[in-house]
Amino acid sequence: MKFLPLIVKNLFRKKIRTTLTILSIAVAMFLFGLLAVIDTAFTAGLDVAGADRVVVIGRNGVIQPLPLRYREQIASMPGVTDVAYASWFGGVYQDERNFFAQFAIDDESYLRIYSEFVIPEEQMKAYLADREGAIVGRKTAKRFGWKLGDRIPLKGTIFPGTWEFNVRAIYSGRRPQDDETGFMFRAKYLQERAPAYWHGLVGWYVVQIKDPGQGLAIAKQIDARFSNSNAETKTQPEEVFIASWINQVGNIRLLVISVGIVVFFTLLLVTGNTMAIAVRERTGEWAVLKTVGFGDGTVLGLVLAESLTIVGAGGVIGLLLAKAFTVFGNPMPGLLPVFFLSNARLLAGLGLTLLVGVAAGIIPGVLAMRLRIVDALRRV
Amino acid sequence: MAIPIVYNVRSVRVRWVSAAVAVIGIAGAVGVFVAMLALAHGFEAALATSGSPLNAKVRRAGTTSEMESAVSLEEARIIGDAPGVARAADNAPLLSGEVVVVTALPKTGYGTDANVSVRGVSPLAPQVHDVVKIAEGRFFQPGLAELVVGRGVVGTIDGLTLGSRPRFGGRQWTVVGVFDSNGSAFDSEIWCDARLLNESFDRPVEISQSVTARLTSIAAFDGFKDALTADPRLNVQVQREPEYYASRSTIMSTLIRSLGFLVAIVMGIGSVFGALNTMYSAVSARAREIATLRALGFGPLSVVASFVFESLLIALAGGILGCLLALPVNGIGVSTMNWQTFSHLAFAFRITWQLLAAGLVFALVMGFFGGLLPAIRAARLPIATALREL
Repeated sequence: MKFLPLIVKNLFRKKIRTTLTILSIAVAMFLFGLLAVIDTAFTAGLDVAGADRVVVIGRNGVIQPLPLRYREQIASMPGVTDVAYASWFGGVYQDERNFFAQFAIDDESYLRIYSEFVIPEEQMKAYLADREGAIVGRKTAKRFGWKLGDRIPLKGTIFPGTWEFNVRAIYSGRRPQDDETGFMFRAKYLQERAPAYWHGLVGWYVVQIKDPGQGLAIAKQIDARFSNSNAETKTQPEEVFIASWINQVGNIRLLVISVGIVVFFTLLLVTGNTMAIAVRERTGEWAVLKTVGFGDGTVLGLVLAESLTIVGAGGVIGLLLAKAFTVFGNPMPGLLPVFFLSNARLLAGLGLTLLVGVAAGIIPGVLAMRLRIVDALRRV
Repeated sequence: MAIPIVYNVRSVRVRWVSAAVAVIGIAGAVGVFVAMLALAHGFEAALATSGSPLNAKVRRAGTTSEMESAVSLEEARIIGDAPGVARAADNAPLLSGEVVVVTALPKTGYGTDANVSVRGVSPLAPQVHDVVKIAEGRFFQPGLAELVVGRGVVGTIDGLTLGSRPRFGGRQWTVVGVFDSNGSAFDSEIWCDARLLNESFDRPVEISQSVTARLTSIAAFDGFKDALTADPRLNVQVQREPEYYASRSTIMSTLIRSLGFLVAIVMGIGSVFGALNTMYSAVSARAREIATLRALGFGPLSVVASFVFESLLIALAGGILGCLLALPVNGIGVSTMNWQTFSHLAFAFRITWQLLAAGLVFALVMGFFGGLLPAIRAARLPIATALREL
C-alpha cells in the first residue's frame, strides 16, 4: 500500500497518454460488451425454450398451415397436458421497417403455456372481452408510444386489408431474455375476417407435455398420427425449432463475432505498445529504484499495478458504457427483440480486463525487472 | 514556409515501431469497415440484380410482396395483350406467371431445416428472366415433376444436386438442372412448373401470385404500366423488377449496415486514440527538433501542417493495408434468412472501388483527427525551454 502514491504519481506524469490508453481500453471493452449483446440477441431464443414444450408445424415448413381439427386429436394423446395454436400475421405498422412479430393466438391456452408472459389480471379480462383486443409487448408499446385503449391499424401482408386492433393489455417477460416485442391478438378475429381459404386453418401448434424426457417420443407419435394425411406435420422440441431459426441466420452472427475478435486484438496491440513505451521511457527511474534497494519483485509489481490500474479503469468504463447503451436504446428493435447485457457477460468482461491488464504489463514488467542497473543508468 | 515532406517520411522511418502499431490499428478499423460494407453491399446486390430493367412485375394492387398477391389466368391474358410486351418467336407474349412457396429443407452442416423459396414459373420463364442460365443439366419440362435449382442452393441445402430426388409438397421431384443467375437472389431458389407447384400445395391451379412481363424496351415501361392501371378489368400494381427485389431487402440490409457501422465506428474511435497516442509521443520525443525548426524560422502553421501530414501519411498506409486485408473476403459466400421473404438467401461479399475509396477516406479522417491535437501542441512548444530540454 505504501507504493500507492508512487503508482498514482506515475499515472499522472503523462496525463494525456494515460487518458488515451484508458479510453482505448474502454473502447475495446465497450465493443466486447456490444458483441456479447448481439450474440445474446441472436441466441436468446434458446434460453427461452421451454423443455416441456414441443412445436408442431407443417411438414413443408412453418408457412404451411395445419387444420384446426388437429387440436382435439393432439390434446387426447397420452402425455400431453395442454395444446394451443398460433398463426403468423405478418402485418405492417405504417412502414415495413417497423417490423415486429404478430401472432393470432388461441387466447387462454396459449398464455397458459407461455406462462413467462406476465399480464395484469384486469388487463387480461379486458382483452378477453374485446373481439379486436390485442396484447402488446412492453418494448413494442414503448417503441411506438402505445397506451392501453389505443387503436392500432396493421396492414395485412398475408391476410389482405387493413386490420384494426385495440390495445387491451401490455405484457412483460419474467426473465430478461424473454421477448417483450410481440403483438398477440385473438385467433377468432383472424378466422372471422380472413379469406375463405384460411377457414379452419392455423399456423402451428404448441403442445405442453407432462414429462420433458418424453419430448421426442411424443413428437414422433404426433407426426405418425398425421402421416399420409394431406397436412402432414413435423414436430420438434421447442429448442430444436428455435435452433433452426438461429441456424438460418447463423452465418451473420458468426461474422459479427469474428469481426469483433479481430477488432479486439487490434486494440489490444495498440494498448500493449503504449504500456511498453511508458515503461521504456522510465528505464532510468527503474534503475534508480533498484539502486536504492528495491527488489525485482517490487519493480515487476509496480509495472503490473500500473498496467492493471489503467486497463481496469478503461475496462470498467467500457463495460458500463455498453450496459448504458443497452439500457438507453436498441438501434434495431424489430430485428433484435432481446437486447441486454447479462451479468454473466459483464463478469466475463471484467475477467478479460484483468487478463489484458496482466498481458499488457507482463513483458515491460519483466524487462524492467531484468534491467542491469549499470546499463540502465548509463543509457541516458 | 512549408517544412519539407521528406522530414516526415524520415521521421516515420526512424520511429517505425510506434508508427507500425498505429498503422495496424488503422488497418484493422479500415479492414472491418470495408468488409462490413461489402457484406451489406453483397446482400443488396443479390436482390437488386435479381431483376432485369427490361422486366415489369405485376401483382395485385395494395400488396407488398408477391406471396400475398393473386393474378388469375384471365388477368394474365389481358396483361399479355398490353402495349410494350415483347413477343416470343411464335408471337406469344413473353410472360411468366409465377408462384412462390416456402418449404423447409435440411440445411447442410446444421442438422436443422432452412426455408427455401420454390418458384413455380411458366415455360417461357428462361426467355423472360435472361439472367438465369442453365449451368448443368437442362430446364424442366412443363407438366413433369422436375426441378432446376439455383447455384446457391446446391452447397447449402442437403439433397439437391443434379439427379437427386427430393420430396416436398407431397410429391417426389427430380432435379434435372442447376442454373446460375450471376449471384442474384434467384440462385437461392428452386424453380419448377407453376401449375404443378400450385397443385402440390393445394392452391388453385389457374391462379398465379404475380406475372413478370418482358418489355420491348426500358422506355416501354411507362406505357405498359399506364395501360394496366387504367384498365377497369384489372386491379394491379406494376413495378420494375429490380425495384421490386430491392424493396425485399430493406430490413436485412438495414440490420447488416447498422451492425457493421456500429462496429466500424467504435473501432475507428479506438484507432483515433491509438493514432493520438503515437503522435503525442512523437511530438514529445521530438521537442528539440521542433524547437530547432521553429528557431530556423518555420512558422507555427508550418509545424501544424507538417505533423498533420505525418499523421495522414501513417493513416494512408493503414488505410491501404486495411483495404488489402479486406480484399480476400471478396466473393466469399454466406447465407442468411431474409425475413421479408421468409426464406433462405445465399449471397457473397462484394468489394467495389467505391467501398475501397470509402475505406481510404475513413482512414484519412482518423489520421486527421489523430494528428491535429498533437500538431497544435507541437506548434505551441515554447522554443527556448524545448531547446534546453534533454
